[in-house]
Amino acid sequence: MDFDFTSDQEMLRKSVAEFLKKECPYERVKEIEDTEEGYDPKLWKKMARLEWMGIYFPEEYGGFEDPLMNLCLIMEEMGKMAYVSPYFSTVVQCGILVMEGGNKKQKKDILSKIIKGKLIMALARYEEDASHDPSFIQMPATVSGDGYTLNGTKLFVGDANIADKIIVAARTDKGVTLFLVDAKAEGITIKKRKSIAKDNTCDVILNNVTVSKDDMLGKPGQGEALLNSMTQKATVAKVAEMIGGCEAAILMTAEYAKGRVQYKTPIAAFQAIQHFMSDMKLGYDSCLNFYYKVAWMVDEGVECSKDISALKGRMNEVYNFIGDRGVQIHGGIGTTREFNIALFFRRAKAFEFMMGDSDYHYEKVAEALGM
Amino acid sequence: MDFKLTKEEQELKEYYEDFFREAIKKAPAIFSHGGGFEAIYSDDEGFAFHQKMAKIMGEKGMLSLPWPKELGGADASIMHQLIFNEAREVSRCPGFDFIGCGMFAPSLLVFANDDQKARLLPPIAKGEVQYCQGWSEPDAGSDLASLQTAAVRDGDEWIINGQKVWTTAAHRSDCMFILVRTDPNSSGSRGLSVFHLDMKTPGIEVRPLYYMNGSHVYNEVFLKDVRVLHKDLIGDEGSGWQVTMATMNFERSGMGFFSTGRKVMERIIQYVKTTKRNGKLLSENAAIRKEIGKIYAGLEAGTMMAFRVGCTQASGDMMAAASVASESKVFGTEFSKHIFDFATKVLGLYGMIEEGDATSLLNVVEEYQSAPGLTIAGGSNEVQRCIISWMAPLNMPRWKLMDPAALKR
Repeated sequence: MDFDFTSDQEMLRKSVAEFLKKECPYERVKEIEDTEEGYDPKLWKKMARLEWMGIYFPEEYGGFEDPLMNLCLIMEEMGKMAYVSPYFSTVVQCGILVMEGGNKKQKKDILSKIIKGKLIMALARYEEDASHDPSFIQMPATVSGDGYTLNGTKLFVGDANIADKIIVAARTDKGVTLFLVDAKAEGITIKKRKSIAKDNTCDVILNNVTVSKDDMLGKPGQGEALLNSMTQKATVAKVAEMIGGCEAAILMTAEYAKGRVQYKTPIAAFQAIQHFMSDMKLGYDSCLNFYYKVAWMVDEGVECSKDISALKGRMNEVYNFIGDRGVQIHGGIGTTREFNIALFFRRAKAFEFMMGDSDYHYEKVAEALGM
Repeated sequence: MDFKLTKEEQELKEYYEDFFREAIKKAPAIFSHGGGFEAIYSDDEGFAFHQKMAKIMGEKGMLSLPWPKELGGADASIMHQLIFNEAREVSRCPGFDFIGCGMFAPSLLVFANDDQKARLLPPIAKGEVQYCQGWSEPDAGSDLASLQTAAVRDGDEWIINGQKVWTTAAHRSDCMFILVRTDPNSSGSRGLSVFHLDMKTPGIEVRPLYYMNGSHVYNEVFLKDVRVLHKDLIGDEGSGWQVTMATMNFERSGMGFFSTGRKVMERIIQYVKTTKRNGKLLSENAAIRKEIGKIYAGLEAGTMMAFRVGCTQASGDMMAAASVASESKVFGTEFSKHIFDFATKVLGLYGMIEEGDATSLLNVVEEYQSAPGLTIAGGSNEVQRCIISWMAPLNMPRWKLMDPAALKR
């Protein structure tokens, strides 16, 4: 058993960390959060030049075919800096869907553009009932002429407001099917919602949107399987981002507690504070090592859906605990926009629901255990 | 990153699992009630089985795995020890004296002289001797280094006076390794020394300290003018603290908490799938389903944490290992308590009945009752939490100490 990273992985981690620290400190993150587009196009291009986009994609489309672990290292560092970009929706969710479900032409066209930073994508899967299980997707895709017509509303669509293309999951007579839709296509209305993470969470309303047969991703009825397969990897990647957030929040809070003096003592010397700090660290470590194992299992091709669910269920609880204690230990100032700890408090809540909340995942574990 | 067991490790795992699976089948009925300290030390039949298993394991070299080959050990790696300990703890098979083999032997390997090694190690390896550990005192609990039991030099001998408490298995033990103050002018962790003590030495009185359910695991040990030979001083005079810390070199991942937890989880799942209450199978209860999911997650997370302790130890970074080991201890003990508590809740009214048999979940009630000791023994979890916060990467300051006299105005 070996918990160590290769020197290449260490280098990758370091370069991502240094770039984000220099180019997008917390103050800049907050500025970006307040913009309508919710990301920095210049940084997006720079990220592409640093070759972050193609890390997980096949070499034949310009990628590096690195393990998921390496993609996760990038996500960890982004999590530490509370970084905002369409990386998760474009590279992780849509990129993996195209990689696993697309035909040669789609892969060549889309993946190479993503890798160059020339294409932003969004995934429209959730509907009014907010179910994570894709088997509950209801939005109809009706056959019309040579293609399909899509009608309905998709909710909680990350980065739809800045996307060039949207992958829409809809139901044909064969079952859930994925469609590649141009974000500017006629009949599409996109509305950005205010969200706790101040990210690009959008409603996407499709009114008689027509798509050609060629813009189907995978086969009719293959949508559930494709979504489930991608979701496994994307869940681990989201956990990586949450792990990074936990680490940064813990260290930031420890530093604050050492500098904050009350009753003529740094509050870090109080046992109440020490106990919370060690519980935060303990929660973080319990998820960290488990997450490494699960990422490794995915890369080894070992069946691990039960473990992915267990991990995300636990990660949700731990990140929210750390966010909450982080603000509490900062005291009043921790609740302000000015201080950075709340960046993590807010993201912890949003990420709790992304890729499945704990109720959903623990139920999946219970099922897998034969209950 | 690599989480595979090597072929050799896999073989060891199967070997030990088979061995303990078969061995525990011959255990007396008391071991069906969880098989903890209570079964081993409180019950005559249980202790006899423990001694019998110790000799069998001794013959197979299982009591001295990490020792160097020249001293009769197998030079087992941390991972090998971890695999052995996990298989043993899952089976709850007795025979491994956690005090003699687990705590005293590591100290002997590092600090004993050749004469002591030749005299003391072979009986431990053969499973012929039961040890107890003379550490805690009435006024020295988590703050062990404040202990006051004193040894005064008298020619070739030392004379020990004082009192030890929470002495697990003292009433069953042949020997004690005892931590005492040899420098009367010292305080804290300086001026302490370790002695090897025969429990038949005149002046030693063992009194039972019954657990809340009446079982006899702990004792008080009173020492009045107890004479011990100078040749039984382990390590240098004044080096007692270092001697007691030598266990750091042995596997101490806390894996056992998660291994036993997994067994309990399996029992709970079996129970809820086959038990109806209010007309419905318990396994259909949403709260129970959620809690099972949560417990599985905690066990997987804890298991990986324990492996992390083992790997960090193997890498030689003992400070980092100590920090994760404290975390694993806090997490493992509290998680154990939680699982036992949940198990009693699943049982409902049966959750107050202590009788049970090995095939049902019902024997969890006794384990629930012994669980509070877990978060107290070996340095309370409150102290562990402080220690975690004092170490990297948190590096928080130690607390300010207060003079007790200030409260007595």
